[in-house]
Amino acid sequence: MKEVLNYFEDIFFGIRSLWAGMRITGKYFVSPRQIVTQKYPENRKELKMTERFKGEVIMPHDENNHHRCTGCGICQINCPNGSIEIITKKELNAEGKEVRAIDKHIYHLSMCTFCGLCVKTCPSDALAFGREFEHAVFDKSKLTKILNQPGSSLLKDVK
Amino acid sequence: MADEIVKNIILGEDDDYVINMGPQHPSTHGVLRFEVSLKGETIEKVVPHCGYIHRGIEKMCERDTYPQIIHLTDRMDYLSAHINNEAVCLCVENALEVEVPDRVKYIRTILDELNRIASHQLWWCAMGMDMGALTTFFYGLRDREKILDIFEESFGSRLLHSFNTPGGLMNDIHPDFQKKTKEFIQYFRKKLPEYDQLLSGNVIFQARTKDIGVLSLEDAIQYGITGPSGRASGFACDIRKIQPYSAYPKVSFKEIVYTEGDTFHRYKARIDEMYESMNIIEQLIDNIPEGDHALKMKAVIKLPVGEYYQRAETARGELGVYIVSDGNKTPYRIKFRSPNFSNLFIINKLATGFKIADLVAISGSLDLVIPDIDR
Amino acid sequence: MTFNIYDLSSFTQSVDAWLRNAMSPGWASLTEYVVIGLVFLILYAVVGLYLVYAERKVCAFMQNRLGPNRVGPFGLFQTIADLIKLLMKELIPIKNADKVLFNIAPFIVIIASFLAIAAIPFAKGLHAIDFNIGIFYVIAVSSVSVIGILLAGWSSNSKYSLIGAMRSGAQIISYELSVGLSLLTIVIFAGTMQLSSIIESQANGWWIFKGHISAFIAFIIFLIASTAETNRGPFDLAEAESELTAGFHTEYSGIRFAFFFLAEYMNMFIVASIAATVFLGGWMPLHFGTGTGFNHIMDFIPPIFWFTGKTAFVVYLMMWFKWTFPRLRIDQLLTLEWKYLLPINLVNILVVAFLTLMGWYFK
Repeated sequence: MKEVLNYFEDIFFGIRSLWAGMRITGKYFVSPRQIVTQKYPENRKELKMTERFKGEVIMPHDENNHHRCTGCGICQINCPNGSIEIITKKELNAEGKEVRAIDKHIYHLSMCTFCGLCVKTCPSDALAFGREFEHAVFDKSKLTKILNQPGSSLLKDVK
Repeated sequence: MADEIVKNIILGEDDDYVINMGPQHPSTHGVLRFEVSLKGETIEKVVPHCGYIHRGIEKMCERDTYPQIIHLTDRMDYLSAHINNEAVCLCVENALEVEVPDRVKYIRTILDELNRIASHQLWWCAMGMDMGALTTFFYGLRDREKILDIFEESFGSRLLHSFNTPGGLMNDIHPDFQKKTKEFIQYFRKKLPEYDQLLSGNVIFQARTKDIGVLSLEDAIQYGITGPSGRASGFACDIRKIQPYSAYPKVSFKEIVYTEGDTFHRYKARIDEMYESMNIIEQLIDNIPEGDHALKMKAVIKLPVGEYYQRAETARGELGVYIVSDGNKTPYRIKFRSPNFSNLFIINKLATGFKIADLVAISGSLDLVIPDIDR
Repeated sequence: MTFNIYDLSSFTQSVDAWLRNAMSPGWASLTEYVVIGLVFLILYAVVGLYLVYAERKVCAFMQNRLGPNRVGPFGLFQTIADLIKLLMKELIPIKNADKVLFNIAPFIVIIASFLAIAAIPFAKGLHAIDFNIGIFYVIAVSSVSVIGILLAGWSSNSKYSLIGAMRSGAQIISYELSVGLSLLTIVIFAGTMQLSSIIESQANGWWIFKGHISAFIAFIIFLIASTAETNRGPFDLAEAESELTAGFHTEYSGIRFAFFFLAEYMNMFIVASIAATVFLGGWMPLHFGTGTGFNHIMDFIPPIFWFTGKTAFVVYLMMWFKWTFPRLRIDQLLTLEWKYLLPINLVNILVVAFLTLMGWYFK
């Protein structure tokens, strides 16, 4: 007799648990406001990344085309896998002395692991993270970027 | 005893019906190959073959300085990336005998627990999907997105943060961090009972996981199964209770230990851990002390000569970081005791005698992340 | 030609009369066969395609996402794009497979569901084959598809396919018992196996209401057993993606895979329409008793819409099952059939026979 009761109890509790699960999916079926899909290429204009988003490493230039990189090479030393190459040149500064200046700051986006050490350890705060995230290209050489723009020069009061 | 363990893992003989699951398989959670010997539908032997994603992380760490190691440890068990980072930072800080500010400790613990919840959410998705309930995948990910948005706001990246550094944190947290975390906890407390209603209350799920893959306490201790899988068999191995680090001494929480050791209780242990993590965060989130977000460390960090070990509790078990230093700025040898490596090799003992469908359930409940096995 | 939406037999008879006037009776019959065959082919293809689209949309809404929404307005042309892609794929030949059986297997599965769809009453007057053993014919013919599945698994010469096919064969053969027995309860109530008479007998109320508890239990059992018959929902371990890649149709590519895929959705449609016909009244509107005002209001909606609505409801129930529950293991599936469904079914039939004898149901 006990087995017969257990049998029917099993069936009853089984069906009740199944109905509880179906209620949840049924509830989401009739709530279109809970849909979380973002229609990506169409919503590019409204899509804003957060301010600290690590899209790529950039060298911010102000409106007079000045940057803050002195060519010291500390970012190159600190990069764990060699994604930064610094090429310096010698030039004359305001007092006529020969100092080292940045010629090309080469950044290999294809190798960067976005660890943030270059941004953190730069003594003149020359580097920052940009918010561009669409990096897919057909030509791999486009992923090697030169961060200082042509014709730009050092801001006056950087150490 | 070692011979016995090796004998269990001898490769299959010639006249067994051998099926290969993986390395490319929808449900082995990464590149792992199971060589399964079958008799009809019943499993005779399972031999796991790992090593498909070995990247040489320990060797790469030998040429990098201590701040540069951090971004590599992210990529071992990527679902508890923050906890991996923290373990290495704690090892270096203990070796140098420096004490980080309280603010750093509180933030590190809160981020640990958020990471643990995110990792368990992904585990829940994958387990439901392996069982065949494909909707659970989307519900878990939908809720995990909220945590990832919190991370993105403070760190800039969602999964692999590299936010810790020896001496503290790289940057301070975003001002909105506390508010968003509190909102998330309120939201998630309402959603977590739904998970139960959808999956674990279900009679089909219970029939597929109860009394399947029973792990006894002696086996758990012998094989070194830590984390929720070990705690579900009665092995009280939570490092947060045994050797508390960061802000854990200041929080009170329950250690989830069950004694049955079957797949269903491994599942339950993780769900209960999510509740406990939320309790821990609630105790800490309003009391973050003011202060610096990092100590001023020397530009080049050199550990004194010696050997140092630090343990941390990741979402999957005990992570051990062992550094041998000879006084230079790079470690001479660094070794990671990864929890998934020990958890993997119990599969043969657990799955023998059950059916193929049970193998999927068991490996889902052990919650393996393959890059951690191979490093 | 007269076209009365409420009784399409006038339309079909006028077409028939026109054809017999225009040509000799032999040619007229031949033309009719060809036309009906074409209509069914097109119906099969179109309904199959849009069932796939409906499943993707239903599943997406349950999972808080949008589903196909780019190809065509609301993604309506998505399945047509998928069909074109499948047609253009290479048919990969297997090295040691049995070529004849490998090629025949998809056709057997499709032919079985074609044979079944011919006997379904779509509306009043739109009934292609009206056997006096209607239900028996449908059940018998839909069992033929299991041969196709076993052949597919065996001739693929692959371990995964073989395991999948064996599992599927065991499952289908077991659940046919439950399907047959649960339909038998309504046959006992109605007293006939002919589908059009069963529908006529529901003119004063659907059997699920008239037959109270026993008919309801039979409906539930029929739903569960037919989900298992069509390899759907929580019983889809034959094609369990996360265990055995794709089960018995792993080795099929291109249009042959499309056949299996389409046949699965059309089997779901057939089973849903049988449930709608036998339990929920087919094309008969919702009536309670005879000759009341409520019945007149219900009669305004043409029968074809009643049929489509009921079938859509049962199809939605089957999709709801699939996307909520985890999968059953093969031994749990067989336990469910032999230890739970079959005994309850047998007891139910005894009860129904007793009720019919005593007359204790709503006549």
